[in-house]
Amino acid sequence: MESFLHLIDGFAVALRPLNVGFALGGVLVGTVVGLLPGIGPINAIAILIPLIFAAGIPPESALILLAGIYYGSQYGNSISTILLNVPGTTSSVVTAIDGYALTQQGRAGPALATAAVASFVGGTLAIFGLVLFAPILSSWALRFGPAEYFALMVFAFAALSSFAGSSLAKAFAATGLGLLLASVGLDPNSAVPRFTFGELRLFDGLDFVVVTIGLFAVSEVLLLLEGSRAGEQVHRVVGRVLMTAKELASSTWGMMRGGLVGFVVGVLPGAGGTIAAFVAYGLEQRVTDREGTFGKGDLRGVAVPEAASNAAATGAMIPLLTLGIPGSATTAVLLGALMGLNVTPGPLLIERSPEIFWGLAASMYLGNLFLLLLNLPLVGVFIRILTLPKWFLIPGVAGMSFVAVYAVNSSVFDLFLMVGFGLLGYGLRKVGVPLAPVILGLVLGPLMERNLRRALALSDGDWAVLVASPLSISIWLVTALGLLVPAVLWFRRRRRRVPS
Amino acid sequence: MARSSGCVAALGAILLGAFAFAACEETSGTRGWECIAPANPGGGWDLTCRTVGRSLTDGGIAPGMVRVTNLPGAGGGIAYAHTVSQRAGDPNVIVAASPATLLRLAQGQFAHLTEDDVRWLGAVATDYGVVAVQPEAPWRTLDELLDHWREAPGSVVVSGGSAVGGQDHMKVLLLARAAGMDPRSVRYVPFDGGGEAMTALLGGFVNVFSGDVTQAESQHEAGNLRVLAVLAPARVEGVFSEVPTAEELGYPVEWVTWRGFYAPAGIADSTYNRWVGVLDTLADSPEWARAREQARLDPFLLSGEEFESFVREQVSEFRELSRRLGLIP
Repeated sequence: MESFLHLIDGFAVALRPLNVGFALGGVLVGTVVGLLPGIGPINAIAILIPLIFAAGIPPESALILLAGIYYGSQYGNSISTILLNVPGTTSSVVTAIDGYALTQQGRAGPALATAAVASFVGGTLAIFGLVLFAPILSSWALRFGPAEYFALMVFAFAALSSFAGSSLAKAFAATGLGLLLASVGLDPNSAVPRFTFGELRLFDGLDFVVVTIGLFAVSEVLLLLEGSRAGEQVHRVVGRVLMTAKELASSTWGMMRGGLVGFVVGVLPGAGGTIAAFVAYGLEQRVTDREGTFGKGDLRGVAVPEAASNAAATGAMIPLLTLGIPGSATTAVLLGALMGLNVTPGPLLIERSPEIFWGLAASMYLGNLFLLLLNLPLVGVFIRILTLPKWFLIPGVAGMSFVAVYAVNSSVFDLFLMVGFGLLGYGLRKVGVPLAPVILGLVLGPLMERNLRRALALSDGDWAVLVASPLSISIWLVTALGLLVPAVLWFRRRRRRVPS
Repeated sequence: MARSSGCVAALGAILLGAFAFAACEETSGTRGWECIAPANPGGGWDLTCRTVGRSLTDGGIAPGMVRVTNLPGAGGGIAYAHTVSQRAGDPNVIVAASPATLLRLAQGQFAHLTEDDVRWLGAVATDYGVVAVQPEAPWRTLDELLDHWREAPGSVVVSGGSAVGGQDHMKVLLLARAAGMDPRSVRYVPFDGGGEAMTALLGGFVNVFSGDVTQAESQHEAGNLRVLAVLAPARVEGVFSEVPTAEELGYPVEWVTWRGFYAPAGIADSTYNRWVGVLDTLADSPEWARAREQARLDPFLLSGEEFESFVREQVSEFRELSRRLGLIP
């Protein structure tokens, strides 16, 4: 009860006219920044921090502004993902599958609107979780050791079959390719270079933005060019701008489930939005995809990962605020901002500066709400990007890809890599290999390797460490269930079909 | 139609803005001062550039704003190579550095480049190494821990935020050596950054955490971990004023996590002396004192030739240690 009183105080602060203005401005800036993948929330916040300090904005207003940018850029990114197949973060790779399929069917509007509603639902759910359970969850997250993380990664990989499309073999090949790409760089334990050919730029491994934009956006440009003779526009827009009430209702539970999964995964430092999005999509596909429409342009396929990644972004605030441990790159920048505002996140934060904690919770809520209010009416404007003539849109996407990739490391080498991956992506799509599993392998591979090696180092080489705690055993059980149940269901369906 | 042309204009403006943004990264180096952070925003070197940059501007020491450029990669190697090959003689750029930079130079991780390929300017603040255990651990003092460790080296596992051979590993290796142990018997498990390494201790997955004062401060204060010793030349004020230094306890080990800068080779001696003067002035300024406090760093000043010889000594010490441990041939 006490926490809700604090929250009301927080809202009183957040609803001052100046702060409402900051929230709106932050959301708007964030959306524009998010549209350009690569620049992303990290750089936007890093650029704004010195300006905020210089302007002498009070801490709570600064936090409201930063939270607005954080959420805004998440949503802005889903716009370029859905409309142009240019995912700028790994978590939006999942959204791209159904989101871009919907755009190709002329239903970009409902897809964007669903993404906006889903972000709101996921974010709201996670904020309630943050307010109610932050201290409990942070001690729960501590019990996640290397062995548990490894089990979680395997669990995420088990979601793979949901992304397989037509052929499981091709999905496996794609994952293998992703894992292979993931092994480029310094060995995480001994810092010995692997597959770097002495090139310093490869020491940190392949940047996922470079690979993702190459595989998705550049290959898309090539495919569009190939079919560019017919018609003046790339995609037509048909039907209603927003989704129908019935469509919204059909994805509501998915958003709730996605938000829940995202929040829980997001609380684990280092796991983050990508695993959340992949796992939530995989679970949802297994639970509700009776008609086999997932992957072919199902609104739920947009709703679930969007809710999950947004909830994960909020969940990542818990280790940041209660342990002082940033769980993602963006929260690392926020940590710097908080320190600059003379707030030290850590176990004593809620006790010592309750106004910061509750003010932040309230401002995140407002940021989410403004995002929805601002962007639903704008969906109609955004989808007009698709009505741009081809001669403008195709070079536009290509130009945007180059800018985005260059913005990450200011490196021309990355541009060559991107083009290479573009050609690779083009080839893979031509032979029907799904791209999402490549990214899954690339993102999860290093995490899986590190945690396995850490677990074995801790146990001095004893593999039993992987099943030593109740927590890891339960994750293994859920993984096994996730693999077995669909198989059993498939057999039963087949048996039933045989007599008829 | 009016609306769609509005969209074209908007999209065009965004793209142009981004291009201008990217382009100015390249060209404006000749005007104001620039600080290269060899890490992503939020990292230690980024913080060094941003706090120092702000203090230089606020204190009126720099001509205008100090621009921060992030050049992450290869643990500082990308920025190092960039400075050597593309910034030679540039009088307006400095690059953030710390012992991690020297450690990588000593271990030959910046390809063929050495510590002689740049000009070392100075260090303006520092953090110190710490060794911590869980509050319920059986060891109440550093002596107790090291006694136990010497007898059963296999039973103690250390976590740290750097790779094998990195800073956090080196701290415990030096400590083990001072305690008369074979450094090779130390079991060290690397994590992704100090935060994750600390989480491993809080969760009870390891016995000892090797990190820095700033990382351990708030958890120590909250009673979630017990810092046994600070690897500093004298006691650190504040939360750790009760915690002894390793030296006090009879183990002559110091780990000074200094924050400093280098400049490209090929700059004129007058430019070099100007930078040294700038760092000296900065270290004395109230703006820097405030920014340093906020970043929870301790005062530390070494500049000019003194710093250059300090760097050379530290690199050869690291090189020798790494060789003895079999990390490099």
